[in-house]
Amino acid sequence: MNYAYVLTGVLIMALVTYVVRMLPLAVFRKKITNQFIQSFLAYVPYAVLSAMTFPAILSSTSSGWSAAAGLAVAIVLAYKDKGLLIVALGATAAVFVVEQGMALAGLPL
Amino acid sequence: MSEQLTFRKGLKDGLPICLGYISVSFAFGMMATQGGLPVWVALLISMTNLTSAGQVAGTALILSGGLYVEIAVTTFVINIRYMLMSLSLSQKVDEAMTTLQRWVLSFGVTDEIFAVAMQQKGSINARYFSGLILTPYFGWALGTFLGAAATGILPESLRSALGIAIYGMFLAIIIPPSRTSKPIRRVVIFAGALSCLFTWTPGLNRLSSGWVIIVCAVAASALAALRYPVAKEAQT
Repeated sequence: MNYAYVLTGVLIMALVTYVVRMLPLAVFRKKITNQFIQSFLAYVPYAVLSAMTFPAILSSTSSGWSAAAGLAVAIVLAYKDKGLLIVALGATAAVFVVEQGMALAGLPL
Repeated sequence: MSEQLTFRKGLKDGLPICLGYISVSFAFGMMATQGGLPVWVALLISMTNLTSAGQVAGTALILSGGLYVEIAVTTFVINIRYMLMSLSLSQKVDEAMTTLQRWVLSFGVTDEIFAVAMQQKGSINARYFSGLILTPYFGWALGTFLGAAATGILPESLRSALGIAIYGMFLAIIIPPSRTSKPIRRVVIFAGALSCLFTWTPGLNRLSSGWVIIVCAVAASALAALRYPVAKEAQT
């Protein structure tokens, strides 16, 4: 293994990732007063998370069926305003139960 | 939600993120060692990068002997969304936060940590933010180590089920405000639908997932900002 190459590569990844995160937070210090930008930034988190969740959640497990069940359970629990951990574990449990059930019934995943 | 934003509350709020990270970084650790990297390099990557998609892509490039410039550009493109998040956070953190604290804490801006931080009422102080980073950071390192050192320690059935945990968390963050706020509901639906369109449409699906997230987030947020401007100083 060429350690010089590997470690230089790791250093480049780490530096690029850090600078991207650091610049806006450490250098950009003024409060934004522009209403459009303020509104835009208020909506960004919801837009980013939604774009990351859909449709990726459907391929996050071994089977589209178990993922759909996990998604349904997560939506119901989140709608009832359960906390992050409950929703995450509820979705995980639903996936586990459906996959075990499918295995027991001899269905392909 | 009117609890004090203490270091302890940060650690506690980071716990679900930590659990989700263990399973994701476990998969990363397995990938790295299966590709031929020693355990300590896998751990080093996780502890210096702290990002899922970016470090997976970068590590794959290293394993295939990619050029340095290729590694840099790929990492940049996949992680450019952090610029949006850090910019959002720069408006949210306590103005008393020192430059040194900002230099250190910005290392820990990830999708999940950002999302939980933005959910808090009012501004974020350094103590809470460092707690919120510490638990997930520990989980990210631990999962990587476990995955790298003991490939196959978890049964496949459990690994598969844990794969959905992080998305469950995302839903727990975006759904409750969608129920009460029409603009947020529309942002969530529009961004999610656009992302599905990019993933499933032939041609459009050649765009890498990093870019898809940027395009969807910018389009949905900009449209919502034009149509539903938030009242000044009444930011979430």
